[in-house]
Amino acid sequence: MTDIVHSDAPAVAASRAKRSASSGRLWNTRVIGVAFIGLLLVMWEIAAANAIFPPMSFPRISAILATWWQLVISGELLAELLPSLWRMFAGYFIGVALGVGIGLLMGYVRFFYNLLEPITEVLRPIPSPAYLPIMILFLGIDDEMKIFMIALASMFPVLLNTYSGVRSVDPIQLQTARTFGVSGRKLLVQIVLPASSPFIFTGMRISLAVALIVMVISEMVAASNGIGYFILSAQRGFKIRDMFAGVLTLALLGYILNRLFLLIENRVLAWHYGYTQQRG
Amino acid sequence: MPPSGRAVLRVCNLHKSYAAAGGATVALNGIDLEIEPGSFVSIIGPSGCGKSTLLQTVAGLVTPSSGDVFFGTTRVQEPPRDVVYVFQQYTRSLFPWKTVERNVAFGLENKGTISRHEIAARTREMIGLVKLTGFERHYPWQLSGGMQQRVAIARALACRPAVLLMDEPFSAVDALTRAGLQELLRSLWRELGLTVVFVTHDVDEGVYLSSRVVALTRAPGTIAIDIPIELPASRDQIATRALPAYLDYRARLLAQLFADDGLKSAEAA
Repeated sequence: MTDIVHSDAPAVAASRAKRSASSGRLWNTRVIGVAFIGLLLVMWEIAAANAIFPPMSFPRISAILATWWQLVISGELLAELLPSLWRMFAGYFIGVALGVGIGLLMGYVRFFYNLLEPITEVLRPIPSPAYLPIMILFLGIDDEMKIFMIALASMFPVLLNTYSGVRSVDPIQLQTARTFGVSGRKLLVQIVLPASSPFIFTGMRISLAVALIVMVISEMVAASNGIGYFILSAQRGFKIRDMFAGVLTLALLGYILNRLFLLIENRVLAWHYGYTQQRG
Repeated sequence: MPPSGRAVLRVCNLHKSYAAAGGATVALNGIDLEIEPGSFVSIIGPSGCGKSTLLQTVAGLVTPSSGDVFFGTTRVQEPPRDVVYVFQQYTRSLFPWKTVERNVAFGLENKGTISRHEIAARTREMIGLVKLTGFERHYPWQLSGGMQQRVAIARALACRPAVLLMDEPFSAVDALTRAGLQELLRSLWRELGLTVVFVTHDVDEGVYLSSRVVALTRAPGTIAIDIPIELPASRDQIATRALPAYLDYRARLLAQLFADDGLKSAEAA
């Protein structure tokens, strides 16, 4: 087992080396990009210090960071973040599981495609905040409602990408499996699922962003805790620095989640990057 | 062909047509063929003559329009367990998410009756036979084209099939690699007592490898000639290809292909 992990390493390392080698200039532009963020923050600080905007709603960035740090130390921010993360991940993973399951069925069994494609096309374009009032009506304002909303919204990107993935599995791979007597559910698990995993991951990445959005919105509309609730109630209570600190926390959360996702994706799909490079 | 109860594969009055714009395209138009166990039969013909369709029908991957294929005494309706197919496109036929080892073990793992220990042993043995020891934990896409096709051959042979069907398996590799793969296939065929049906567009390859060559006509495909190749069993890339008998077979087959193509050939004279 350790040897298999070991033999993955050169492929991953090679693709990383290639990426950074081919992008020597890109590294420079990234430095510029980070410096640009710094410049904007300095301009913010100066603008706020000179009261260019009403100081009431536009505090100094240094003050916001100080407030953010206090909220971190006091544990207040974590207490709001934990229920948010729970809702988000519960909804996200339910959505991903449903999306992969239904997408596989639709891609693999013609009957399920005919049955479910029209309703997917009808439900998918509805912006998820639009059915939030309906959900409150039926599920109340507790966690179930939010988890359901997040699951529903994050299901569609995974479903559609899984379906496309299944449809684009190389017919030669399927025929190869058939000549070895592999069909039905075995074919689905052993060939169709791994072959469409690059598509599934694309869907999962889109859904992760969707889950974050729906989590915040559902907490702003109906909640008594959570980061979305925290931001909106800070604004209503004129605790503007708290409000900005909450938004900053979301920016960090989104960044970390995306980074973690890429890390996992690079590991699981190392074969895919190697394979597509070989084929040009 | 004398009727024989010994044939491992029998193709009876096989027709296959595909629906196409403005009517049907006839790919195969009445093919009768019997394959003896232990033989190495090459099927040659101009491109588009239906030789791949014939092989896919024998493999149970394509349903004939009419006529039958028998493997032993059973009619082929889906891929038979003891018949394995090697595709021309090795990059697409090998599973890129599996290592060499896992690719070779694929058929064995899906037989359901073989212990894990034996799967490992047979996988190791087959990787050794195709001279890929040391590459077990590489992925197919980390290997050269010739090595990849050797993985595909090892995967096919690991199941100990009675019949190996190969669709232009060496046409995507360079000439030197191809010669190496031809030698490997000849020696595996002799060692393991396989029956091989080998589709190629290359007359030389067909004559060099085979104990029998069947040439198809242009589409709609029928059998043009069917000749046994009586060359010494032990063959050599240079000496065998210089034998008068070899050149004679080659000339006869080329003359047939050229005549079919409406070309006059010096070799036909």
